[in-house]
Amino acid sequence: MSKKDRELENFVERRPIADAPGIQRVLRRLASEIVEKEDGVEDLVLVGIRTGGVHLADRMAKLIGEIEGQEVPQGQVDITLYRDDVLRGLPRPEIGPTSLPFRLSKKKVVLIDDVLYTGRTIRAALDAINDYGRPRRVRLAVLIDRGHRELPIQADYVGLRVDTEQNQSVKVELAERGMTDRIVLYELQAEEGEQS
Amino acid sequence: MAASTSEPRFNQRHLLDMSSLDAEEITTILDLADRFFEISERPIKKVPTLRGQTVVNLFMEPSTRTRISFEVAEKRLSADTINFSASTSSTKKGETLLDTVKNLEAMSPQILVMRHSEPGAAHFVAKRVNAAVVNAGDGAHAHPTQALLDCATIRKVKGKIKGLEIAIVGDIDHSRVARSDIIALRKLGANVRVAGPKTMIPPGLAELTGATVCHKLGEAVEGADVVMMLRIQAERQGGACLFPSTREYSRTFGLDSDVLSMSKDDAIVMHPGPMNRGVEITPEVADGPRSVILYQVTYGVAVRMAVLYLLAGKPPVE
Repeated sequence: MSKKDRELENFVERRPIADAPGIQRVLRRLASEIVEKEDGVEDLVLVGIRTGGVHLADRMAKLIGEIEGQEVPQGQVDITLYRDDVLRGLPRPEIGPTSLPFRLSKKKVVLIDDVLYTGRTIRAALDAINDYGRPRRVRLAVLIDRGHRELPIQADYVGLRVDTEQNQSVKVELAERGMTDRIVLYELQAEEGEQS
Repeated sequence: MAASTSEPRFNQRHLLDMSSLDAEEITTILDLADRFFEISERPIKKVPTLRGQTVVNLFMEPSTRTRISFEVAEKRLSADTINFSASTSSTKKGETLLDTVKNLEAMSPQILVMRHSEPGAAHFVAKRVNAAVVNAGDGAHAHPTQALLDCATIRKVKGKIKGLEIAIVGDIDHSRVARSDIIALRKLGANVRVAGPKTMIPPGLAELTGATVCHKLGEAVEGADVVMMLRIQAERQGGACLFPSTREYSRTFGLDSDVLSMSKDDAIVMHPGPMNRGVEITPEVADGPRSVILYQVTYGVAVRMAVLYLLAGKPPVE
C-alpha cells in the first residue's frame, strides 16, 4: 500500500474524473503536443517521478514512439531524499530506485507526474535531476493539474485541469498497479482532522 | 532481494548492537543501503537529506576506516560534522567520558557516532543523552555497522543470506566484528561456522548463537559460500599468550589459495580490515578474484548512510 493509498482510508469517493478511454485520449493528445513542441524526439528523454509518473512515462514513451517511429529514452526519479519535509513527514523508511540511464547534458527532459498539486514534488525532482547533470532544458507534463500551488511552478503540458478543494484528493488509478484505469476525486470525511 | 509487500519497519532510537534489531529491521537497513549505494555512482555524490543536522563523531580509540567511512556517509547526506578524537581531546587531560559527552551535547547534535575501548560505553552514553547514538565499536562487544555492511555485501554479491554457509576465522573471542556478524547472520538465517585457536573461541558460543565451532580451518572452509578472515586482536588480549607464534598461527589458521580451494567454487573472501597480510590471509587471496574486501569498504558508506537516515530527526521514544 502506498502512502497515498493509506491516506485515502479516511476519504470517500466524490466523483469520477476520467475513465480508461478518457485517460487514453488525454495521453494521446499530450504525446502529440510533446512531439510538436519539442520538435521531434531528437535528444528528448522522458523522466517519470516515482511512483505515479513512472507508468505514465512508460505509456507516453510508447505513444510518442508510435507517432515518430523512434524510441524515446526513459528514466525515473525517486524524490524522497530531496523532500523539504523528509525528516518530519517521513511515514516509513522507504526509498525507491532512481535511474537515469543516459547522459543528461544537451538533453531535452520532459518530467512526467500524475497529479500537479503544491509543486513541492516537482521542486524536489528538479533538484534530483540536477545532481545527475545539466540538461539543456526541463519541461513538465502532468495528467492532472488540481491547483493549490505553494511554489512558483507550472506545467508545460497539462492533460486535464480540475477544480478541487484542499480537503480533496485526486487519484490516478492505473492498470499497471493492479487497478482499472480511471481518475477519481476523493474527499476527506467530515469528522476527520485536517489533512495536508 | 527482499521485495516484501509489507511496510519496511525500523523502531530504534539508537544503533547500539545487533542483538537489539530483529531480522525485519536489519532487512530495512540493507534495502535502504542498496538505494544509498547508487548515490556513490552519481556524478554528484550528495543528497540534501540531512541538511542542518549535526553529527558528532566521537572516537576515543584509534580508527581510520570506520571514522572516514562515517564521515563520507555524513557528508554525502549533507549533515554538518564535528570530529572529536581522543588523541587531540581533553580526555588526555583527565575528563570523564560522561563530561566529554555532556559538553558535546551542549552543541545539540542530532546524532552521536562513538567508538570507545570499553564494552558498553555506547549503551552508557545512549541512556544519558538526547542525541541518537550509533555505536562505531565498543571494546570487544559490538560493531553493528560493520556487521550490517558485511550482510549488505554478502546479500549483494550472493543475492541472499538465508541458507548460506559462512565461515568466520580468527580471534573470535576478542572480535566485536565476529560477535556482531554472528548475531546478524544467524538472524538472517545463515549457517555460521567459526574457527580459530581454542584460546580465541569464547566458551558457550555454539549454545548462545547457534554457530558451529570448528577447531581446524579446513573444517570451516570446506563447502563454504563465504570465508571471512579476522585479524588477531593483540591489543585486546591483555598480554596473554594465546598462540605460540605468528608463523604457527599463519600455518594453522591463515587463508591461502590451497585452503580456499576447499570452499565452494563461487565462494567469496571477506575481511573487515585492517589486514595483516601473510598472517591471517595471503596477498594472493586478499587481492585475488574471490576477494570482495574493497567492495565491503564501498558498501560501508552506503550502510552508514542508511543508518544515519533512519536515526535522524526521530523524536525520543518513551
